[in-house]
Amino acid sequence: MAGARTAEEAAKKVAWINDPRIRGLAYQIVLIAIIVLLGYEFIHNAALNLEKQNIASGFGFLKNTSGFAIVQTLIDYSEESSYGRVFFVGLLNTILVAVIGIVLATVIGFVVGIARLSNNWVISRVATVYVELVRNIPLLLQLFFWYFAVLRSLPNPRQSLEISGSVFLNNRGFFLPKPVFGEGAGLIGIALIVAIVATVAIRFWAHRRQDRTGRIFPVFWTGVGLLVGLPLVAFLVAGMPVTLDYSVLKGFNFVGGLRVIPEFVGLVLALSIYTATFIAEIVRAGILAVSHGQTEASYSLGLRPGPTLRLVVIPQAMRVIIPPLTSQYLNLTKNSSLAVAIAYPDLVSVFAGTVLNQTGQAVEVLLITMLVYLGLSLVTSLFMNWYNARMALVER
Amino acid sequence: MTDRSIAFVRTEYVEKLPAPKTTIGPVAWMREHLFSSIPNAILTFLGLYIIYLVVPPVIEFALVNAVWTGEGRDACLGSEGACWAYVGAYFEQFIYGRYPDAERWRVDLVFSAGALGLVPMLMPTVPFKRANAIFLLGVYPVAAFVLLTGGHVDLNGFLLPDALMAPSTLKFWVDYGIVAAVLAGGAAFLTAQAGADIRNTVRVVLGIFAILGLAIFFAGFDFGLERVETDVWGGLLVTLVVAITGIVASLPLGIVLALGRRSKLPAVRLMSVIFIEAWRGVPLITVLFMSSVMLPLFLPEGVTFDKLLRALIGVALFSSAYMAENVRGGLQAIPKGQYEGAQALGLTYWQMMGLIVLPQALKLVIPGIVNTFISLFKDTTLVLIIGLFDLLGQIQSSFTDPTWATPYTSHTGYLFAAMVFWAFCFSMSRYSIFMERRLDTGHKR
Amino acid sequence: MKKAIVSVVVGVTLGVAATAASAGTLDDVKAKGFIQCGVNPGLPGFSNPDDKGNWTGIDVDVCRAVAAAVFGDTTKVKFTPLSAKERFTALQTGEIDMLSRNSTWTMSRDTSLGLNFTGITYYDGQGFMVRKSLGVTSALELSGASVCTQTGTTTELNIADFFRSNNMPYEIVAFEKNDEVVQAYDAGRCDVHSTDASGLHAERLKLTNPGDHVILPEIISKEPLGPVVRQGDDGWFNVVKWTLFAMVNAEELGVTSKNVDEMKASENPEIKRLLGTEGAFGEGIALGNDWAYNIVKMVGNYGEIFDANVGPDTPLGISRGLNALWKNGGLQYAPPVR
Repeated sequence: MAGARTAEEAAKKVAWINDPRIRGLAYQIVLIAIIVLLGYEFIHNAALNLEKQNIASGFGFLKNTSGFAIVQTLIDYSEESSYGRVFFVGLLNTILVAVIGIVLATVIGFVVGIARLSNNWVISRVATVYVELVRNIPLLLQLFFWYFAVLRSLPNPRQSLEISGSVFLNNRGFFLPKPVFGEGAGLIGIALIVAIVATVAIRFWAHRRQDRTGRIFPVFWTGVGLLVGLPLVAFLVAGMPVTLDYSVLKGFNFVGGLRVIPEFVGLVLALSIYTATFIAEIVRAGILAVSHGQTEASYSLGLRPGPTLRLVVIPQAMRVIIPPLTSQYLNLTKNSSLAVAIAYPDLVSVFAGTVLNQTGQAVEVLLITMLVYLGLSLVTSLFMNWYNARMALVER
Repeated sequence: MTDRSIAFVRTEYVEKLPAPKTTIGPVAWMREHLFSSIPNAILTFLGLYIIYLVVPPVIEFALVNAVWTGEGRDACLGSEGACWAYVGAYFEQFIYGRYPDAERWRVDLVFSAGALGLVPMLMPTVPFKRANAIFLLGVYPVAAFVLLTGGHVDLNGFLLPDALMAPSTLKFWVDYGIVAAVLAGGAAFLTAQAGADIRNTVRVVLGIFAILGLAIFFAGFDFGLERVETDVWGGLLVTLVVAITGIVASLPLGIVLALGRRSKLPAVRLMSVIFIEAWRGVPLITVLFMSSVMLPLFLPEGVTFDKLLRALIGVALFSSAYMAENVRGGLQAIPKGQYEGAQALGLTYWQMMGLIVLPQALKLVIPGIVNTFISLFKDTTLVLIIGLFDLLGQIQSSFTDPTWATPYTSHTGYLFAAMVFWAFCFSMSRYSIFMERRLDTGHKR
Repeated sequence: MKKAIVSVVVGVTLGVAATAASAGTLDDVKAKGFIQCGVNPGLPGFSNPDDKGNWTGIDVDVCRAVAAAVFGDTTKVKFTPLSAKERFTALQTGEIDMLSRNSTWTMSRDTSLGLNFTGITYYDGQGFMVRKSLGVTSALELSGASVCTQTGTTTELNIADFFRSNNMPYEIVAFEKNDEVVQAYDAGRCDVHSTDASGLHAERLKLTNPGDHVILPEIISKEPLGPVVRQGDDGWFNVVKWTLFAMVNAEELGVTSKNVDEMKASENPEIKRLLGTEGAFGEGIALGNDWAYNIVKMVGNYGEIFDANVGPDTPLGISRGLNALWKNGGLQYAPPVR
């Protein structure tokens, strides 16, 4: 019907409201206006409410003295420290638990995931039952179980389990000798760095040589030898400058040495055992996603099952595994906030808990806490994205 | 040719020999599956040892040494096992919380109506899906709300100044009518500008308002039920209410966010991404803290939300971000041809999404939604940290009762909670796997 | 307009009634027909729900007494269980009308949190509980001990002060909920369990073998516990304050829930003024003249609720001590009704 009309004419005839650009613009303006209005509304109300209730606001409270003690601190801290210091103590404790939890969960998850695919009937069944049981029970409940049930079964300090008077286990924690570095101990550190550099270099060289000649160099054992041997030599050369500080029972508790508190153990156990079930499923799915032909081809090339898994299956499976693995790492980090239930002094427990309570400045404290978790999530996902990009299939 | 017999060709099969002894029967099975090599044998024994370590003590605690009947702590004090008598005494409270005794039939009715509506919905072969969905998503929430709270919500208007008209139910409806009329008028004006038929638009807008109004009307209608404040709700009731409301409320929001994230408009996309990532980046517990401690500060003075409702808002916003990612996955799985086909037919954006893309995409993400629901269901336990009594919270609060305080009361309570949660989550995960298999067939070549 | 926006949101989400702010809490309470009272989710003797869901305890009875004064009906009160963390926010934001949750009256809470403490229902002090097997007889022997306590309370700070001022090393394990503190102490995580002395008595009952534990004689802090209301609402503040005073005065005058009807005929002018047969003291707090009569009749005097909830005949078995009337050497003293 519009045979005579040109496109230009048609464009003019279109009502302004049907122009997709104007429409899009209008939608966006309306959206932004609503968000700005809501944001203003919230901030305005909050300011009004705080003022009316005579609640202090601003971030000045961070400089005030905290006045309470914290059971585990990675940096110097005392009752005279400020709330700002409390924040860092909590943050470091959160990061510690998250990092160790992630490592442990990954190890357990990979082992169980592979175990579920095992030919061994008992092992695959045990792994299946573990996964199906643990992942269907709330983490908080498991946390209570690990903390209270396990704590109850440990002896008190006076009857602690010990290994030759240097390592102790009781319901106050796990006590290890702590190395004290004396003069000349720097040499050991230097030796360690040299060993690491050398191992990396050897690995690089061995790779090149294998590509060129096909001969395999035992990189792993050489590396272990270097990493253990060099610092040991340095230790002996420097005249054994490292002494051990043993834990000693004094009064109620052990004093000195290195101590791992039960709250930490409970939290790490619960987090890693729970998250490992999800990782196990991811690993299993990843391995199943690698075509069976790959395994068969590898066997026919003469590779044994071990190297087949390590060199053929896992590298390909990793591509399927990494994206969901990232979100599990993020989940673990976020779930570490459940520490608040068993008194592990993480960020939520000491900062969004005790500090919030003492200062009453809910808005500031929660804002900081949420931003920190957001930051941690971003850092983890950035790192995993980078790793993912490195592992991705290099296409021609 | 054909009748010539070939002497050296057998005309009948040789009788089958039995398989070698070493390859059949339990012994062979064990050889293959348990002891195929020395490391494998070690692993087998390791597995058996783990079973030995875990299973007997649990059975001993939960069954052999357990106390099944009795009144008060004295019944359980002497034994080294679970005190099921305590769970028996508290069972009602674990299900209903402190919901008044005389009104518990209402909770039962909500539970059973929900089950009646949900079960046929979940079974793909049962017909009348549309009617079922209308019941489950339209009628049921309103009915459940009225039954659980007692309904008869005070409606006192929100728009006109009080001086013009005293707050009353009537004023609410007048206000409601004004809002409906203004929105319908605005829509009509825009439609007229676009040169399309006005009547259709007006009909749609007014229809939506009418349905919503009907729901509000029933919520505000006095059915003569006693009002039950949410303070006394507890136990499994709260767990289910938080989890189900969270997931149902997050679905529409999640769809909108997912569409927003795939939108071509930069501001819409940016806002959606920020919203989704912000919620996904923070722990639920801080979200709950925020909704319980901070949200009240954001509201104008005098406006307060019910504590449960605040938690629900937090949970719904939190899970909508996860839901959005689920839906986005479904949207991405729809081939581009579907979008192009819809556009070629001249469908508008909303028609394309509503009629072509979303029906396919949402079907695909059912397993994902169920999985989100499972994690949400487990996460509802966190509401105990902000002082709501979900199942776990109710169980924990019962530990303080001196009449039942024994060394194993808490163990028993936790074990009971674990069993309930496990039963729910495990059956849901089975269902999700079942749906996954079913849906898979359509898309595998 | 601003209110309208939020109200629309509210109205659409669940049709929740947005109660507009009015002049005072008392008017609001009268209008809605009940008092919303924040209590502890579970502390035997103070506020504890039983397996039927009935609340008992001193703090709960204080709420009921206010309901009796305002409505002449103790059932017109609704309890909101609150954690230590939430309690003040809930009050500040108007979610509850009053807080009666064993909260310690401190200067910072009274001045910078926008709160007002209305009086002292229970004079408490922080104490220590240890295992008998440790052989400890004084808190000064606790050098190096692990202490379990609840976070977000004054207890945590008092412990820090006590150990520091006595130059004793210590370790503190602070839990979110009281129940977890008890469990952890019972499991042996700590040598010492520290909280308000009344709480220690209550919590000893929850231990596996209550007889294996002793409460040390030292009281290291002043913990005056009392109800809290919002700052800047004097009418409501007076109602809650005088509810407490009425209960103490009733005990002093020998008026109990049993004899209050006979006492109405008493010739003692003080009793007459208290029970409203003489003068119109209820008007001052915008209540009827039988406000105090209702409190005593329906809830009891201070001594009665003390004995019924924490007294020597209850499992807690706490003697009056500091909480005795001033006439008996205690600190409970109320200004006269005059």
